[in-house]
Amino acid sequence: MDTFALLASGLMSALQPANLLYALIGVTLGTAVGVLPGIGPALTVALLLPVTYQLDPAGSLIMFAGIYYGGMYGGSTTSILLNTPGESASIVTALEGNKMARAGRGGPALATAAIGSFIAGLIATLCLAFIAPWVVRFALSFGPADYFALMVLAFVTVSAAFGDSALRGITALFIGLALGLIGIDLQTGQSRLAFGIPDLLDGIEVTTLAVALFAIGETLKTAVSPTQMAEQIEAVRGSVWMTLDDWKRSWASWLRGTFIGFPIGAMPAGGADVASFLSYSAEKNFSRHPEEFGSGAIEGVAGPEAANNASAAGTLVPLLTLGLPTTATAAIMLAGFQQFGLQPGPLLFTNNAPLVWALIASLLVANLMLIILNLPLIGLWVRLLTIPKPWLYAGILCFATLGTIGANAAMSQQIAIGGFVLRYSFELLLLLGFGLLGYALRRFGYPIAPVVVGLILGPMAEQQLRRALSISQGSPEILFSSPVSLVLYAVAALALLLPLYLRIRGRGSVLAQLATDED
Amino acid sequence: MSQDTPNLKRRPDGATLVIAVILAAIAAVIFWQTSQMRVVAVYARVGPTTFPYIVATGLAVLAIITAISAWRGRIPEREQENYGPLFWIVGGLVAQMLLLGLLGFSIATGILFAATAKGFGRGPLWQTLPIGIVFAFIIWFIFARGLQLSLPAGPLERLVP
Repeated sequence: MDTFALLASGLMSALQPANLLYALIGVTLGTAVGVLPGIGPALTVALLLPVTYQLDPAGSLIMFAGIYYGGMYGGSTTSILLNTPGESASIVTALEGNKMARAGRGGPALATAAIGSFIAGLIATLCLAFIAPWVVRFALSFGPADYFALMVLAFVTVSAAFGDSALRGITALFIGLALGLIGIDLQTGQSRLAFGIPDLLDGIEVTTLAVALFAIGETLKTAVSPTQMAEQIEAVRGSVWMTLDDWKRSWASWLRGTFIGFPIGAMPAGGADVASFLSYSAEKNFSRHPEEFGSGAIEGVAGPEAANNASAAGTLVPLLTLGLPTTATAAIMLAGFQQFGLQPGPLLFTNNAPLVWALIASLLVANLMLIILNLPLIGLWVRLLTIPKPWLYAGILCFATLGTIGANAAMSQQIAIGGFVLRYSFELLLLLGFGLLGYALRRFGYPIAPVVVGLILGPMAEQQLRRALSISQGSPEILFSSPVSLVLYAVAALALLLPLYLRIRGRGSVLAQLATDED
Repeated sequence: MSQDTPNLKRRPDGATLVIAVILAAIAAVIFWQTSQMRVVAVYARVGPTTFPYIVATGLAVLAIITAISAWRGRIPEREQENYGPLFWIVGGLVAQMLLLGLLGFSIATGILFAATAKGFGRGPLWQTLPIGIVFAFIIWFIFARGLQLSLPAGPLERLVP
């Protein structure tokens, strides 16, 4: 079957009422968390994983993808109206978008963001559908050594290539890798670093770590920060509709943003935030009104918003075809696949073709739902921003613990206070510990995403490494024996060394803005 | 994220040194625990200990570089923080963890809710606590009854047949 036929059959499945409902729940939740500052799609998917355990796999995955796409849409609203990005990929949008809102052009800014996201999502999802089978065909020839090289590349790009310090990025990655060691070794059945605690034999749950680092860490950091600034919400004044001139200035930016964003997401080269930043600088160079940049240029909203949606779709290429997550959200979606006993990678396309194509087709459906949700209903989303912080964060913590309690309610530990024995869940203790870790990481400027990616990708990298080394009977030469792996190591080295060089040359501030943060 | 500015105040930077020590300690624990493992001869060259040694070596190297950067590197500026809210929120989490089995989901989570709101400056507790308990009870009802999630029941939850 060719791609069109597969996509068409996927579309049939995506249009079934149950799957439509999952997609609608996903995009609605995604938009809401994108709008709310402090929570992003990565956290939301992590929170929902335990809840969806008993649901239909295809439906749940469609919902997760909807959350991912929705988060990208919703983030722009917060950036434009509040000047506080709802999620990290919308930081650049705030630069021009908030200026436009202050000048009374918030409506067109939101419109160009939403329509740009729609067009980018549409083109990028089609790119995904047509590129994925090629990557799968290529990936089927990969040996364990090639996979290991690919993971090394992902490790480097996630941790070291962007952000303000390669040292802190790599340190965060190694914390994740160390956590990934805990538990029973799959090949020999020996326990590692479990310290005799039965709860640790299964390893650290990705969801527990992600929820703790994102929700609890973020809550603590916000609570202790003395600069809890009083934010000013810009009301949407005037027409929401774009003028003819706005359209003329936006369309090329949307397309440029799409073709910057998709490859960046697809090649493990950083998250949506990187794409949106590069698109912003491209728009600045291409614009016929460069003088307007900094005071509300519509191109500066249109391009980056298209780019961050396109890169979200691009991220799904390595995730689905190679099983390689390159952002925190993708890492948690990978955990979602594993929860249902599915392993993303080339074989997923042959063994679970209907599910994969339903997922890809549902992205097109989700995209259409999102533009309907975001343009006419924008006033509703803006109202979410008026929830006072104490209630917002109190609610976030309730839901954060809910998922962990629901998934691991076993009260395996006990403590005696004054002859009174209280039983409690070890998983909640881990949640608290990792929450404090998340706070400390934020406090000292360490990125969060590499920890999560390290935890989930570490054991997979180890498996490939051991496979490769057992083929060669322990000789490490096998790691550098295929052209594919050599190219991948070369790219990884470049991704590590080029930023170092730029930092030494005093261009560090540019990279700091490219910080790969939570999504 | 805070901007990197050359920080000339104190050398070495105490916090960075502490981080270096913690990283070194984690590396040491992994080395020690891994060396305690009994490895079958078949896996002597490549086995369950290979990857832990790689990770521990990496952490040790990172600890050294971090220590060096405490003297020489650029340290991001850190804002002064007030720790009162931290104690409220962590206290709320600990209370929820310990009381969950005894009092059930709604009351324990209500305490967490009220403590968090207090951490963000919203009180008094006698007002926020009932709000939290009602909120948590609604969550419990939706997720335990609607979605069949197993959430511990306490005296309050047993009132609902």
